[in-house]
Amino acid sequence: MLEARTLRKSFGRTTALDGASVEIGEGEVVAVTGPSGSGKSTLLHCLAGIIRPEAGEVLFAGRRLDTLDEDARTRLRRENFGVVFQFGELVPELTAEENVVLPLLFGGRGRRESLQAARSWLERLDVADCAGQRPAELSGGQLQRVAVARALAAEPRVIFADEPTGALDSLAGERVMGELVGAARESRATLVVVTHDNRVAAYADREIALRDGRVVAGATAATGGTAAGTPGEAAAGGVSR
Amino acid sequence: MSIGHVLLGLLSERPKHGYELKKEHDQRLPGAKPLAYGQVYATLQRLERDGFTEVTGTAQEGGPERTVHAITEAGRTELDRWLAEIEAPAPYVASPLFARVVVATLAGGTAEEYLLRQRAAHLTRMRELTARKASGSPAQVLAADYALQHLDADLRWIETALERHTVLKGETDA
Ligand SMILES: Nc1ncnc2c1ncn2[C@@H]1O[C@H](COP(=O)(O)OP(=O)(O)OP(=O)(O)O)[C@@H](O)[C@H]1O
Ligand SMILES: [Mg+2]
Repeated sequence: MLEARTLRKSFGRTTALDGASVEIGEGEVVAVTGPSGSGKSTLLHCLAGIIRPEAGEVLFAGRRLDTLDEDARTRLRRENFGVVFQFGELVPELTAEENVVLPLLFGGRGRRESLQAARSWLERLDVADCAGQRPAELSGGQLQRVAVARALAAEPRVIFADEPTGALDSLAGERVMGELVGAARESRATLVVVTHDNRVAAYADREIALRDGRVVAGATAATGGTAAGTPGEAAAGGVSR
Repeated sequence: MSIGHVLLGLLSERPKHGYELKKEHDQRLPGAKPLAYGQVYATLQRLERDGFTEVTGTAQEGGPERTVHAITEAGRTELDRWLAEIEAPAPYVASPLFARVVVATLAGGTAEEYLLRQRAAHLTRMRELTARKASGSPAQVLAADYALQHLDADLRWIETALERHTVLKGETDA
């Protein structure tokens, strides 16, 4: 349902993606791993239609995503994707609750319903107490959890999460992963988690390992599962060298 | 870990027979290697010899007659002493993983292929444990946490070893 074909993306003289290809099925939970700077966030942003690759194709439900114009991509993203950014990226002028409510209103839900959904998700992520605070008044871990609540409240078909537990202790991280995976399993949504934490990767059905902008293992379900693929292949990445 | 002390702990609740002790050990320490009956009886004999337990009678609930053991005053003192101790932080690197890597390079080969296979096996086990944790009893969750964090420590060591490998090659014997 989500596919990237030989993506290439550079920033100035840095090559972030160098022919990365992946295929992710509906309802799959995958972990994207790899050393710092290997292109994980860039791949996630390309898959989510946030940035455009210079070459290659991104397909969502059989449709080209990377060739859509800005408006169409924004609409498709709003309707189908929930994104948790590596550094939160909440709107600084709004409270935590308003940050969660806003995309729901944009998505056409009523005010009461949106507010209710926002409160319940903030509760589930254990940050209901921070509902009235602005991002600058939140801790790193609270920011992350509000960002997760914002992504999940819209009940997206695909959830993208970039290091969603990076600022959290073990138990809070476990709770966030429980909610992310739980939301995915309940609604057959697809979950793509970028992480360098093996304990987070262990929640996924498969590991997509990046190195130097290329996918070195787990590009398709057949090569990255627990049983499928040769162990060497499944392991070849997620390893920094 | 001392099986004797775990059995003393189980007996501190009330007198029990050997079969009961085995069942409760396996239940309350999920994830630990299940006790063999032989081990239980050998340990009980030793505890009795040292005066930490005593035989208080026999029980028969439909099945065969069973000897009932109880903790003694000396046993309680020994249990308290043990609980007040800490485990010595591991003084040696006893992991077979480490030994394999060193031996592989000694034998003139490379440990890389081994490390990659080990990494895959560890991650697979971590997936199983993570899945099991979702529906486990509190003791099972604690046991899974313990196993997961240790596997994770191994994995991070494997990843560092792979990173260092070019440096490591041919130098582990230096
Ligand atoms: N907006 C940008 N401008 C310039 N360079 C960028 C930008 N975004 C990414 N890069 C570069 O592209 C490469 C890949 O970056 P990316 O953020 O995808 O890595 P990552 O795998 O997510 O790393 P990390 O684990 O540290 O988050 C890096 O070398 C990075 O410096
Ligand atoms: Mg990143």
